[in-house]
Amino acid sequence: MLLSAIVFLPLLFALIIALWPKETSLRHLALGFSLIEFFLSLSVFQKFDPSSASLQLVEKHVWIERFGISYFMGIDGLSLWLVLLTTFLMPIIILASWKSINTRIKGFHACLFILQTAMLGTFLAIDAIFFYIFWELSLVPMYFIVGIWGGSRRIYATVKFFIYTMAGSMLMLVAMIYMMYLTQEATGQMSSNLLDFYKLKIPFIGGQFFSLQTLLFFAFALAFSIKIPLFPLHTWLPDAHVEAPTPGSVVLAGVMLKMGTYGFLRWVIPLFPEASEYWAWLFMLIGVVGIVYGALVAMVQPDVKKLVAYSSVSHMGYIILGLFSFNVFGLQGGLYQMLNHGVSTGALFILIGMIYERTHSREISKYGGLAGVLPLFTIFFFIVTLSSIAVPMTNGFVGEFLILLGTFKVMPVFAYVAVLGVILGAVYMLWMFKRVFFGEPGPLVKDDHHPLHDLNFREVTVLVPLVVMIFWMGLFPNQFLDWSKASVDHLVQNRSAYNLTIYGASATPAAPLVAEPPTPTAEPTTESTPMPEAPSPTTDTTAEPGE
Amino acid sequence: MNHSLLMSILILSPFVGFLINGLRYKKHNYLVAGTIATSAVFISFISAVFLVVDLVGLPPDSRRIAVTFFEWIRVANLSVDAGFVVDQISAIMILIITGVGSLIHLFSVGYMHHDKGVAKYFAYLNLFIFNMLLLVLGDNLLVMFVGWEGVGLCSYLLIGFWFTDETKAAAGMKAFVTNRVGDAAFLLGMFILFLTFGTLNFSELNALVPAAAETSWLGAITLGTLFLFVGATGKSAQIPLYIWLPDAMAGPTPVSALIHAATMVTAGVYMIVRLNPMFMMAPNTMMIIAIIGAATAVMAATIGMTQWDIKKVLAYSTVSQLGYMFLACGVGAFGAAMFHLMTHAFFKALMFLGSGSVIHAMHEEQDIRKMGALKKYLPITHFTFLLGWLAIIGIPPFSGFFSKDEILWMSFHSPLGHPVLWAAGALGATLTAFYMTRLMCLTFWGASRVPKGTHPHESPITMTIPLVVLGVLSVIGGWIGIPHIVSDFLGHLPNVWEEWLHPMIKEVPNMGPADASLEWALIATSVGLASVSALVAYHMYVRKPGSASRVADAMGPAYKIVYNKYFIDEAYFAAIINPLVKGSRALWYYVDVNFIDKCTYWAADVAKGGGALIRSLQNGNMQQYAMYIGIGLVVVLSILLMR
Repeated sequence: MLLSAIVFLPLLFALIIALWPKETSLRHLALGFSLIEFFLSLSVFQKFDPSSASLQLVEKHVWIERFGISYFMGIDGLSLWLVLLTTFLMPIIILASWKSINTRIKGFHACLFILQTAMLGTFLAIDAIFFYIFWELSLVPMYFIVGIWGGSRRIYATVKFFIYTMAGSMLMLVAMIYMMYLTQEATGQMSSNLLDFYKLKIPFIGGQFFSLQTLLFFAFALAFSIKIPLFPLHTWLPDAHVEAPTPGSVVLAGVMLKMGTYGFLRWVIPLFPEASEYWAWLFMLIGVVGIVYGALVAMVQPDVKKLVAYSSVSHMGYIILGLFSFNVFGLQGGLYQMLNHGVSTGALFILIGMIYERTHSREISKYGGLAGVLPLFTIFFFIVTLSSIAVPMTNGFVGEFLILLGTFKVMPVFAYVAVLGVILGAVYMLWMFKRVFFGEPGPLVKDDHHPLHDLNFREVTVLVPLVVMIFWMGLFPNQFLDWSKASVDHLVQNRSAYNLTIYGASATPAAPLVAEPPTPTAEPTTESTPMPEAPSPTTDTTAEPGE
Repeated sequence: MNHSLLMSILILSPFVGFLINGLRYKKHNYLVAGTIATSAVFISFISAVFLVVDLVGLPPDSRRIAVTFFEWIRVANLSVDAGFVVDQISAIMILIITGVGSLIHLFSVGYMHHDKGVAKYFAYLNLFIFNMLLLVLGDNLLVMFVGWEGVGLCSYLLIGFWFTDETKAAAGMKAFVTNRVGDAAFLLGMFILFLTFGTLNFSELNALVPAAAETSWLGAITLGTLFLFVGATGKSAQIPLYIWLPDAMAGPTPVSALIHAATMVTAGVYMIVRLNPMFMMAPNTMMIIAIIGAATAVMAATIGMTQWDIKKVLAYSTVSQLGYMFLACGVGAFGAAMFHLMTHAFFKALMFLGSGSVIHAMHEEQDIRKMGALKKYLPITHFTFLLGWLAIIGIPPFSGFFSKDEILWMSFHSPLGHPVLWAAGALGATLTAFYMTRLMCLTFWGASRVPKGTHPHESPITMTIPLVVLGVLSVIGGWIGIPHIVSDFLGHLPNVWEEWLHPMIKEVPNMGPADASLEWALIATSVGLASVSALVAYHMYVRKPGSASRVADAMGPAYKIVYNKYFIDEAYFAAIINPLVKGSRALWYYVDVNFIDKCTYWAADVAKGGGALIRSLQNGNMQQYAMYIGIGLVVVLSILLMR
């Protein structure tokens, strides 16, 4: 019941908020609700067994028997921290938008809570259709958040965001339905259960694009790549960020982008082991290009928020690089980087929002000398900058180090290019920092009619938890990594025939592959005859377990 | 006393100082802030002394005090402890850092007394000491890297301390980014070593090094050490990454003394000495290190001869002296490198603080053309600066003589050395004598060129005490490492330095016996060259002022090139920075906005167009529908009939 409560409680909150008669106490109510949700999610730690790679706290009920669709939720080391990240950020977001959201407060908070349900459901659903519902549901409140409370080009941005992500998801839905069909071929009973999907052996022919596993792989990968977003599918992101209100940007960067990377981790890599391995070079290449490209374009942005948006493209490149290295360093690093990015980029957007509330501008060239006027704000911004450029003792370093190490282990050439991101990251962040905070006071800073005030108590309260997390995760990473260790080890060691058992269930040892490959007669595509795996350029280097 | 407690105090005391002053960042009282910060570092110094005393009490082969606080990162076979070690090498460093550090903190109390951000200044300075201690005490490469980036960060903050000045803020950023280039290489070096040896721990790495030297350029040890060395060229300002250090003089002068002379910039040397068994097995890397070191020593010295800013001269001098330390490492004279590191910390910190005292006296004037004859106004500063001058140009028995002589001798004598390396070193020494004498002449001696209205005055006692202490150390600091040949001559004085470091240093293989007469000849040559060069400079700048500019004019373009620092900054701008910024703008405009985004529009247009096409079929016009049915009927029927 715990997971159901965690996922659906926000929906209940949204309902209560929608029906709440008064607008005056609404913010306090929402903050209280989000805190309740956060503390509830903390109780997962009590029941979660970090030594097990199995799916825990499982809830499974038959939903649509005819198609084998079930209400199926579970948590393991891959999703645990993302759930916590989601519930951790929500109170911060609500407190951060205390003053900046002034219209339709009710609708705004209701949207936030619906969004929270959707994101949590995405991380916890273990059934394809169930997952897909949450995945798409998340678009709706975000569409409204950007479209109603956004900036001047909000409609353009939100429509672009919606259609872009939707287009990718459609292919994924088709692929999911096809996989349900495959389960029927294999077992006689249709199922959309992810654990059944894992047992499928989908024929793969290396070097041939139109082979079944490759097609399914790309259908899923495209949907997730748009969400992340990976280069060159990233152009919706800067627009969405610039137009979104601060809380929208924080949710978007902090959690929603991770739905894409999580998708790779939970769906793509274990479901299509051969195709992932065969195409790993492509995704690592995209990751590396994204790192460098995102950093270079971020460097020349005139708008702070756009700069941070492009820096996200760069950071997401690191994550995908780590995930496709297929070793423990890269995967743990990638997982860690997801959390880091949520914390530090979330914090950056909050900080940018705070200064925007004061000056109503995000143009870098209009600032300058801010450090002399707003010392406290400067300190917070600097700490978050350090985290973003991965200075040791902050969270960013641990993730980046592990990812680069994991990449170097399998494909040194990509690591050699990716370290350019370490340099360029410092360049774009510090250059921006210099222009905004140092030098002579700019026109917005020395405006005598509107003297700027440093952070107030509420704003400090918003930032302190984030800064605490930055150092906590930087100094004691083991306290985080240990919880995901078992699951990541399991994935690395069993990647070629991944299976996931349910915690506590009488596990049928190393579940045999019940699924036969579809016979050519039942299959419209004729090239699906299983063939010995074609020699792939990456097999010799990537398949080893992480010692 | 309990070692882990001592170690905690040693490391955390400056951090506590940082927190206290950091939380009082708005306060202006320099005495309170200065007292907190100075005592924090002094407490560190006391615990460092206790630790080193305990270390001396241990038998030479097991001199090692290790404390592990917790396990920092554990992933698969990567296990990194927050572990700290005091051994023969780090013992020297912690004494220098906290000892010289305390003196510089004390000096800062007087120097920064009128600055509004004094609490912030001391907070940064304490944070720097904390990070520097992490760097030297860490028992593995990753903890060292934490300090390595941490000191770079503090350097950034302190260079840009007066951030309202755009150029100072830019200098800070330049320092950080240039260092980051080195740090990226450091990361790669770590990856290679970790994936080869499965550990990042120094003692484990040094134990795992194979017995045979690696001859291949692409071997793991060679590549790993080369990348680490590139990291060192960033932090220790060597070719090609030295460009940030002269600009770093934008920071307050005590910062230059502490960070950009005595401690941080020597981190690269320290790292190589720490891993000396590893570097020893990569002769190719060693060769590169020696060449880069020698080249930097000479090149920076030539630039130093032409600069007019007192701090810039000292900055290039630092780059040049660091070059000597790398030259020493490159020829396998790790002990000599550490020796020069220490003596340089004394005399260069002394001279930087002396220059601070001069600048303070001259009301923030740094141009030596506007100085001269300051001797009578600043007697203590002058006298201590004089000691530093004698030390750096290598006049016996001042400290610099012993350490520099050892390096020059080894660069000639060691199997890894070469007469050309010795010649470069000797040339550098000659140039050093020239520019340092020039600095002395123009600042303290000769005729006064002090502008009217400036009334130079000797600095307060908090500033002169550190000068005196460092002055004494600059004189006697070299006496603990007297070379054998000299000590034989003087009656068998022990070479304490060599005995102390001996267990930690891997000997250069195939070292031939020393030829006493040759060694004497080399010593005589280098001391002779330096003396002559100093006399020439004295003649040019005191006896016949004006002759220098005639020489410069006679040199023509050559002088211009050197004066403009070989146009290296301009070259970097033209070759890397400007194309990068322009290219990125193009990337953003042409690729992102006008290609990728246009493609998405295009895809949308296709969908829209297709929709419009199909929509036009369904316009609600009954007649048209009837026509479609008719056409369909004809087509279907004709297909059926044709079969």
